[in-house]
Amino acid sequence: MYRRTLLAAAGPFAATLGIMGRIGPASAQAPGVTSTEIKIGQTQAYSGPASAYGAIGRGLVAYFKRVNDQGGIAGRKINFISVDDGYLPPKTVEQTRRLVEQEGVSFMLNGLGTPPNSAVQRYLNQKKVPQLFVSSGAEKWANPKEFPWTIGFQPSYRTEAQIYAKYILQNKPDGKLAVLYQNDDFGKDYVAGLRDVLGDKYERMAVKVISYEVTDPTIDSQAVTMQGSGADILVTAATPKFAAQVIRKIYDLNWKPLHFVTNVSASVGAVITPAGPERAVGLITAAYVKEVSDPDWKNDPGMNEWRAFMQEYMPDSDVTDVNYPFSYAIGGTAMQMLKQCDGDFSRENILKQATNLHDLQLPTLLPGIIVNTSPTNYHPIRQLQLSRWSGTRWERFGSVIEGAGA
Amino acid sequence: MDEFLHQVLSGIASGGIYASVALALVMIFQATHHVNFAQGEMAMFSTYIALALIQAGVPYWGAFAITVTASMVIGAVIQRVLLTPMAGSPVLASVGVFIGLLLIFNSVAGWLFGYTLKQFPSPFEGPPVLGGFVTRHDLGSTAVTLVVLAGVYVFFRFTNLGLAMRAAAYNPVSSRLMGIRVGFMLSLGWGLAAGIGAVAGMMIAPVVFLDPNMMSGVLLYAFAGALLGGIANPLGAVFGGFAIGIIENLAGAYIVGSELKLTLALVIIVVVLTVRPAGLFGRVVVSRV
Repeated sequence: MYRRTLLAAAGPFAATLGIMGRIGPASAQAPGVTSTEIKIGQTQAYSGPASAYGAIGRGLVAYFKRVNDQGGIAGRKINFISVDDGYLPPKTVEQTRRLVEQEGVSFMLNGLGTPPNSAVQRYLNQKKVPQLFVSSGAEKWANPKEFPWTIGFQPSYRTEAQIYAKYILQNKPDGKLAVLYQNDDFGKDYVAGLRDVLGDKYERMAVKVISYEVTDPTIDSQAVTMQGSGADILVTAATPKFAAQVIRKIYDLNWKPLHFVTNVSASVGAVITPAGPERAVGLITAAYVKEVSDPDWKNDPGMNEWRAFMQEYMPDSDVTDVNYPFSYAIGGTAMQMLKQCDGDFSRENILKQATNLHDLQLPTLLPGIIVNTSPTNYHPIRQLQLSRWSGTRWERFGSVIEGAGA
Repeated sequence: MDEFLHQVLSGIASGGIYASVALALVMIFQATHHVNFAQGEMAMFSTYIALALIQAGVPYWGAFAITVTASMVIGAVIQRVLLTPMAGSPVLASVGVFIGLLLIFNSVAGWLFGYTLKQFPSPFEGPPVLGGFVTRHDLGSTAVTLVVLAGVYVFFRFTNLGLAMRAAAYNPVSSRLMGIRVGFMLSLGWGLAAGIGAVAGMMIAPVVFLDPNMMSGVLLYAFAGALLGGIANPLGAVFGGFAIGIIENLAGAYIVGSELKLTLALVIIVVVLTVRPAGLFGRVVVSRV
């Protein structure tokens, strides 16, 4: 079991604050909130196949440690309990129930992954426990009618695919499109997004739409099939390992389509470097987080703030890992929401504030990427900017683009 | 037609991967009459050892030799420490140990080396041949697999040690009466299987990239290959591995679609076990009890 509790160090302070009697009127009945602390829960993949994302959890733990060092929020320390679910949905259920029923957390923050979060979505909504800023781009988190207590964060996969389709229509309207997608919710959202924008043209343009399973050792066969279809545009909706294989294979096949790769697999360290930076030249993706190695951000105040944070709170971590700037944005959003709560930390008010964020800019997100939510808009981020791999780095081009409709 | 040919070539390339792991499975089966489900994870772990050595500046073939030796020692130690106490216990208990080993190696590798995808160098560099459908690495690794196959074949067929090892697996009691050191044979079998697994891992990693879950998909196809050819027959297992690679590609592209490739491998396993448990090349062994 992997568990980090932040309050260990803050114990003595908590006692003092208790004596000082800072008991707000609303806190008496708000679950997970006392006069001295706010308990927040998270399930995270610290082990198992998705454990590269464990960095997000570690980043958030450090973020809230800084919040506490700086005095907490409304006189309360944040007790962020981040537990391992190994990316296994049954374990997510078990851990979430424990967090809600035994630890009595106020809300769940930024749980990782589509399958784990799907497994607890109904439970949390029945219990009316906010499931906030889920770490997954699946479209299903934006369903306020059925699941009002669940909200996502990052641009949805479908939004991202819509943006690629817009670019394709503008620049290669007569192209022939091949799509390689992972055969699950994640991959299918991309196909849906392409359809949204291409409309009637989809049937004519998409000459080969083909899937792979996460259990496939390689995607070589699929790459050969797609090349054989005569396509000159390729959209790869694949997780990092398979995206790296695609980039290398189509290079070896000497096939040079206009190649889009999902933002999920745009990591320089985890995809481009293993595949070979020279093989990825011309690759297009869409970004919303500032790329750590981008020289444009060398003297950027936002990134400097983040770097100072990393240096002080996570000195031994890999700063090129994009998960850290991402989790910094999550932390910033959560703190803005808690500030807006203005001392009333009831679950109803937490949800109300989470769905009333306006024009929030975050230090580690690209300029023009703005967090906006409303009781009917459960897509906190709806914009992305296209980037092209130059051989040494991602070069952003064009303006920030918004996805089509909801 | 062009595409058909390319699917076959690319199937042979991935078949080579399955064949090399299938060989390790045959080795362990010949030596112990068990199928080690942790074989893939052990191979993955060995590959990380090789990568660590290469990053420390050891030249490729030096790292290769050290890794194979170290893996053999690890394999033998595992047999001594974990499986000797299991002697005489039911098969399911051993299977439990294998699954446990699988999880341990997977998690320890992630903990030590991280889960980020890593590039693993290939000793066979150079531009691809035959229009990009076969890389130098595919050719090189297939050659390595065939060399290992020849080694395993000769070992079991023409050496006393190989004969003793087979005897120890088939009938431990009689073998011990004949003066064969059964415990040593079992350790040696584990050691050799781990060594072959290490070779397989180092040949596979440049293709699928190295991460702690590198082998999860490969092992199943390799298992199908080994069973198809005959798990007691090295030649059959290699043939089965290549056959699975080609069948998987062609069926995936033209018949069942890419969604059912894994299902197809599982169907092959079930059919072989039901219809011809010894595999295409295997001889049916009847043991008197």
